Amino acid sequence: MGDVEHTQVQTTTEQQGVTRRGFIKGVIATGASVSASNYVLRNGHGVALAQAPGAVERLVTLNVNGQQRRVDVMPQETLAMTLRYKLGLTGTKIGCDRAECGACTVLVDGVPQYSCSTLSHQVRGREVQTIEGLEGADGTLHPVQQAVVDLQGFQCAFCMPGFVMNMVALTNENPDATRGECAHHLAGNICRCIDYNKILNVAEKACEYTRNGMRS
Amino acid sequence: MAVIRDKMPAFQLFQPASTEEALGVLDQYGADAWVLAGGLDTWDWLKDRVKKPAAVVDLGGVSELSEIRSLGGGLEIGAMATLRDVIRHPEVSEQFSMLADSASQAASPQIQNQGTLGGNVGQDTRCWYYRDGWSCYRAGGNICYADTPTAMNREHAILGASRCVAVNPSDTAPVLVALDAEMVVRNSTGERVIPAQDFFIGPAVDIMRMTALQPGDILTSIRIPWTWANTRFYFEKARDRAVWDFPLANVASAAKISNGVVEDIRIVANGVAPYPVRFLAAEDAVRGRQVGQAVAMEAGELAINGVRPLRHNAYKVTLLRNLVKRSVQGAEA
Repeated sequence: MGDVEHTQVQTTTEQQGVTRRGFIKGVIATGASVSASNYVLRNGHGVALAQAPGAVERLVTLNVNGQQRRVDVMPQETLAMTLRYKLGLTGTKIGCDRAECGACTVLVDGVPQYSCSTLSHQVRGREVQTIEGLEGADGTLHPVQQAVVDLQGFQCAFCMPGFVMNMVALTNENPDATRGECAHHLAGNICRCIDYNKILNVAEKACEYTRNGMRS
Repeated sequence: MAVIRDKMPAFQLFQPASTEEALGVLDQYGADAWVLAGGLDTWDWLKDRVKKPAAVVDLGGVSELSEIRSLGGGLEIGAMATLRDVIRHPEVSEQFSMLADSASQAASPQIQNQGTLGGNVGQDTRCWYYRDGWSCYRAGGNICYADTPTAMNREHAILGASRCVAVNPSDTAPVLVALDAEMVVRNSTGERVIPAQDFFIGPAVDIMRMTALQPGDILTSIRIPWTWANTRFYFEKARDRAVWDFPLANVASAAKISNGVVEDIRIVANGVAPYPVRFLAAEDAVRGRQVGQAVAMEAGELAINGVRPLRHNAYKVTLLRNLVKRSVQGAEA
């Protein structure tokens, strides 16, 4: 069954000339529904979980990038998993999955958190912002994004979405940050290309853009 | 086909709205329940399948547990207050800057944003044999893998070990002991208040737990009396990397000094024993004397009295001696 769906998706996308990224997301969306049923079956309790006080419902609404998203979330599911594989927001990366690298950093109520180590159920009723939510409706880039583009701040850029989200928090909280303060603020993110010098240039430039009143 | 990385095993999740409701769920599941605070210590255990709770009780929805407020006798910090809350709270910074200081040196900024004070003091040891699921004493087995001739034990205990040589890795714990804090613990039968010094327990007391918390217990808040507010504080953490790392050793001291004479002092270190160690002999030696190099040196030597280093951690003896020495001299020296 999975193979049939796979072929169908591929045919459609080729016909419509969809981008590679869009195609991958389509496949993810198909896969998520199939695999999610595996989780239900593997869970010894089945779908009908005990209705004890405080027990969680699986169908929840999450506020992601200002949109209310209805999504089926398992009790043990991390926010990074939900964002990437249920909501198709693949900008958030999973690096270590252990709160040790920062690639999965997103903002929860404006505060940077590791989404690999946060349950999706823990962010119900709170505002989640991912890198997909930074660009303005008219396509204007966020000052941090603009700084990354202007300075070509990253090499492989796998760690970039996490760094960028953390920098967004930095420009919101302290756009007057010195280079040392930027480094301290970004200490919870790792770049394996060891591109820290350029990343700090980006952080300083993003602060400068923010101070100069660029949209944020 | 997209691959879903199902690192997290299935469990039942409860998000109670009040402490009573949480205690009810804990009672229902007993030892199969897991109390979830920030989750930073929790997820490793679960993702590795080393601990397998049937029910996880998330205290994030219990707002009363995250309040920080002044009481008549001191400051009460809810166990679910994040380290970020603690660092940024004006009264903590004004009265107990050492606590904010230690919290700001724990782990990474994002972990401070999410991790709680209760979680930081309640976290389990980092001994990798134990965390990797080896059946050691602490896991209910009959051996300590870190205390064998070929063991890798650079980060382990030099003091207070008993069969198990794991250390307590918390940065805020020694500060709370130095400030003579009290831990407020609740279960379905009532509330009890435990001095921080007795809250942290060694393997000689119970080899399978780091704290006095039993199944069914919730650490609700931490009370810090004004007794040591705004005294001369000293906190120092020695670690391999400036971010993320747990302490190889840390020291926290609070001293009441007038005209250069130490009227009273409390010196506590962590990362060197299975619990934050208070150095009573060193404190006694310093009390009533002029602060200076000689007295500080003496305190350092007294602190390392009785150490039993393992094969790879003898460096901790000198480290501890010097940290204690500096904590007596103070930051100005």
